[in-house]
Amino acid sequence: MGEQLATADILQKYGTGAARAETPAQPWLESLRTGARERAAAAGLPTPKQESWKYTNLRPLEKLAFGPRSQDQIGIDRLPNLLPQGQSARRLVFVNGQFRADLSTRAALPEGVRAGSLANALAEDGAGLKDLLGRIANGDGEDQAMLDLNTAFVSDGLFLHVAVGVRIDLPIEVIYLGTAPREPQAFHPRCLIAMEENSSAIVVEHHAGIGGGAYFANHGCEARIGERAELRHYKVQAEADDAIHMANVHVEVGAGGVYDSFALTRGARLSRNEVRVRLEAPGAECHLNGVYMLRGDQHCDNTTAIEHLAPETSSREVFKGVLDDRARGVFQGKIVVHPKAQKSDGHQLSKALLLSDSAEMDAKPELEIYADDVKCSHGATAGDMDPDALFYLRARGIPEATARHMLIEAFLSDTINSLAAKGLCPALMSSVGHWLSDAATGDAP
Amino acid sequence: MAANVETLEQVQAVTEKYKYGFVTDIETETAPKGLSEDIVRFISHKKNEPEWLLAWRLKAYRHWLTMPEPQWAHVDFPPLDYQDSYYYSAPKSKTDGPKSLEEVDPELLKTYEKLGIPLKEQEMLAGVAVDAVFDSVSVATTFKGKLEEQGIIFCPISEAVQNHPELVRQYLGSVVPAADNKHACLNSAVFTDGSFVYIPKGVRCPMELSTYFRINAANTGQFERTLIIADAGSYVSYLEGCTAPMRDEHQLHAAVVELVALDDAEIKYSTVQNWYPGDENGVGGIYNFVTKRGACRGHNSKISWTQVETGSAITWKYPSCILQGDNSVGEFYSVAITNNMQQADTGTKMIHLGKNTRSRIVSKGISAGRSQQTYRGLVKISPKAQGARNHTQCDSLLIGDLCGAHTVPYIECRNRGAVVEHEATTSKISEDQLFYCRQRGISQEDAVALVVNGFCREVLQQLPMEFAVEAQKLVGISLEGSVG
Amino acid sequence: MLEIKNLHATVGGKGILNGLDLTIGAGEVHAIMGPNGSGKSTLSYVLSGREGYEVTEGEVAYQGRNLLEMEPEERAGAGVFLAFQYPVEIPGVPNTTFLREAVNAVRKYKGAPTLDPMAFLKVLRAKIKELQVPDDLLKRAVNVGFSGGEKKRNEILQMALLDPSLAILDETDSGLDIDALKTVADGVNAMRAPDRSVLVITHYQRLLDYIVPDRVHVLAHGRIVRSGGKELALELEKTGYAGFTGEAA
Repeated sequence: MGEQLATADILQKYGTGAARAETPAQPWLESLRTGARERAAAAGLPTPKQESWKYTNLRPLEKLAFGPRSQDQIGIDRLPNLLPQGQSARRLVFVNGQFRADLSTRAALPEGVRAGSLANALAEDGAGLKDLLGRIANGDGEDQAMLDLNTAFVSDGLFLHVAVGVRIDLPIEVIYLGTAPREPQAFHPRCLIAMEENSSAIVVEHHAGIGGGAYFANHGCEARIGERAELRHYKVQAEADDAIHMANVHVEVGAGGVYDSFALTRGARLSRNEVRVRLEAPGAECHLNGVYMLRGDQHCDNTTAIEHLAPETSSREVFKGVLDDRARGVFQGKIVVHPKAQKSDGHQLSKALLLSDSAEMDAKPELEIYADDVKCSHGATAGDMDPDALFYLRARGIPEATARHMLIEAFLSDTINSLAAKGLCPALMSSVGHWLSDAATGDAP
Repeated sequence: MAANVETLEQVQAVTEKYKYGFVTDIETETAPKGLSEDIVRFISHKKNEPEWLLAWRLKAYRHWLTMPEPQWAHVDFPPLDYQDSYYYSAPKSKTDGPKSLEEVDPELLKTYEKLGIPLKEQEMLAGVAVDAVFDSVSVATTFKGKLEEQGIIFCPISEAVQNHPELVRQYLGSVVPAADNKHACLNSAVFTDGSFVYIPKGVRCPMELSTYFRINAANTGQFERTLIIADAGSYVSYLEGCTAPMRDEHQLHAAVVELVALDDAEIKYSTVQNWYPGDENGVGGIYNFVTKRGACRGHNSKISWTQVETGSAITWKYPSCILQGDNSVGEFYSVAITNNMQQADTGTKMIHLGKNTRSRIVSKGISAGRSQQTYRGLVKISPKAQGARNHTQCDSLLIGDLCGAHTVPYIECRNRGAVVEHEATTSKISEDQLFYCRQRGISQEDAVALVVNGFCREVLQQLPMEFAVEAQKLVGISLEGSVG
Repeated sequence: MLEIKNLHATVGGKGILNGLDLTIGAGEVHAIMGPNGSGKSTLSYVLSGREGYEVTEGEVAYQGRNLLEMEPEERAGAGVFLAFQYPVEIPGVPNTTFLREAVNAVRKYKGAPTLDPMAFLKVLRAKIKELQVPDDLLKRAVNVGFSGGEKKRNEILQMALLDPSLAILDETDSGLDIDALKTVADGVNAMRAPDRSVLVITHYQRLLDYIVPDRVHVLAHGRIVRSGGKELALELEKTGYAGFTGEAA
């Protein structure tokens, strides 16, 4: 348990400048926030003494003193590009957690799809969201202080609702920009996704920093995937060098549903992606994949927990990382197969390449199995790149630096190329390319 | 324990459930129930210990009082009542202790015969020297003279304190510090006996050294302490076996084993742990909370742990290697079988400190009945462990749908020149394999024993022959009643 | 030897055998042929007692005993041997150990004394010589890493060792080249005896060139739709199964 803060202190420290006033007063929403605020204050920030935070220390966060909301006006010309023009169904832009209609596109969406600002949705149809918000990401479970902190200040973020049988092929692109030109900023975007039966959608999140500065982006996300529905949830995290990025994603998957997620991490000094998936009904499936590329003193923690609660559920998980300088990668993956979840399978793999003598990788793949008719496995490796492969390339006349880049790209590419939404692979591979070329210019964050 | 007898005949021959569950009726001397500084002093006094050792014990005891119970293991049991147990129990003897086998109480000799461990040297297998520990004291050590010819010291640790105080003082607590964990700390305060081994430089121990632990007295904890030192260039293979009578109450066994391997030395430590596991409903059984650790202090040294864990109500045990010397090697081979209400949280730690250190972990877990079993392991590669290698293979087998099998590895790699590989699988025992065996006439129960023995083969092969046979039998016996 | 009457069996609730009748006399070799999905393998599993194969109707008498009431190992002990279409791999268990276990288990059922390891080894050596089974097959784990041909030879070796009264060969020819097929057939032919019956289950006629059956039956939709002498197999080879599956529908 971390140092406990009084509720008022939590408000003071992390709520400074958080968007609150935008949404009309709704008692249920206020009580959701208050409850979370009290839990967060009672628990304090997680510390490495807690098992699920064993390898990640939030001391850098404690040291930040946040200023009032920055009023930076960012023009559309500053938006980073991930998806080419016309490759998204709609683009939604949030600056420091707040929706910016002026930067977003308003393209018409198929009938049955609502994709926009959560604050707007709360204002328009607060009662309709009452049973959704905070239901799945509810702060139950181990060490959920960061999610509670998010819920304590819940106001804006992505709201996506896809009605029964509606399938959209083009991704919903969500750009989260962080900027803190003067004082450190804290914001707590909340994403709420409801996929009804037989629906399908792709959400691509792009997290980026503008103009540097230290900020704390504390994301919360909850998604309900209905029967036979599919959500592809992809993320590129390229936050500013001094940023701290936290994401708590809670997902519930119904019968025959698929949650397919991918996270590419290359930004922020300290980041953690925590994904918790409940496979609640027969045939539910999830894929949690990711790659991370870190250098300098960057620290990235990918923590996942998959609960197989019903028979014939399956999960696949592959995380691969490249660590240079003094960077530290953490992978904690837990698969729990409950007694009823017979004939389930879960497979998990963590691989890390260490490029420097000071880099560190900590992996804790974990299986907790209470049903006998299952197939589960996990694997983890850490180490340098294959010297034989490197030598082979050099023996063919390829300079060492190029050869190394080729091998790193090869190492990461199979995870990226296995994405179901193939259209995104080039953009993700070019993100890898950027990271590698940053190294060539010695531009370490 | 004839070495050449084929295993499977024996599996069929053995039909008893827990054949070691008898009680020896023998007069014992016991310290008053409960734990206090006075008890610590009593034990130290009984053993006629030097002042430094008493001080060490008392320091450990005072620290123990401040330590919380470890909570992280995946085991569940009511809080231990340390005051409800005896900490010293010894067979009463006319003199201070048996000087030779002729003086050992015939009742005791009979006990060990029943256990399949004859202590009369002429009846023993050549090549195995035995130190028999009965409750709190060592009752007999065989082949001492023969070993002494080569300068090998193999004796009860209480005797080593008297005769080789410099060695004990130098190494005791040097691998497992007194305050290491709550159970080890308790052991440091109240340990009563155990084996001491010193292999001099360049000596290859000509026989297997073996300790046989037996808890007999009721309500008695057993806290043995084993210390093995392999000096430069030496080799020793050490075997440990354990049994206890069937009793309704839980008995605590909190042992500490410390191994030290100097340059080019090798220690092979094998355990077949068959403490009483309790009955089908979890009544009784031993709490086996053991700290075992080896330090590969010297270059090119090697420590290899092999364990077959079938007994105990609860097992909490992580035989570990600290790989300090360059090119040193650590190995951990484990078979753990839990049935009925047993719980086991076991695994290893491989701490790579030196260059080109290598470790290998092979863990085979079998859960049946309503048991819960966890593999918990740490592989840590420190920044200086250039060229370190680890390979871990961790397989779990489930028999029946009421048990649990869990795998919790921690992999911490801080050197880019290291290669760490971990693989784990969990599955149920294959219906296809069982049916294939049964179609060939092999009964369901024998088929399970056969398939599970196959699953464990890689580990069982590591055991010295005498133990391998015993262990293969145990696999079958431990799983009785788990199917059908 | 074996008398099957009106046998109905389901797998996972699906009816696979639908009223199968078959009588095999002592010393006879019968062949069952049929297209994929006709119920050939199901019949072999029902006869050997595999779990998940539920008999819903009918009866099977083996040497006058109710076969369906017996556990798989009892059936083996009573002399029913199944040569598996896909022999199962058992990692870590040496083939020799497995063979000895099986032989001694069956000997116990028959009331014969069990063989000690040395005596068993003698018997084994003689058999592998006879059947031209390579030595190293004995040292390796049961079927692990065996080629298709080695697995089938291992099945025939087991059959020879266990000396069954009723041998069921389930697609024993699948995956064998012509030489291996001959060796396997020689092994089976060598075992033909007045007190032993053989049921050969096969998709192709090829095997029956080497193991010549007394009777041939055509299985379709879970029933015997036609029976005849060995020439029926040749006829099938020419015409295919189409005519028969139509008849049965």
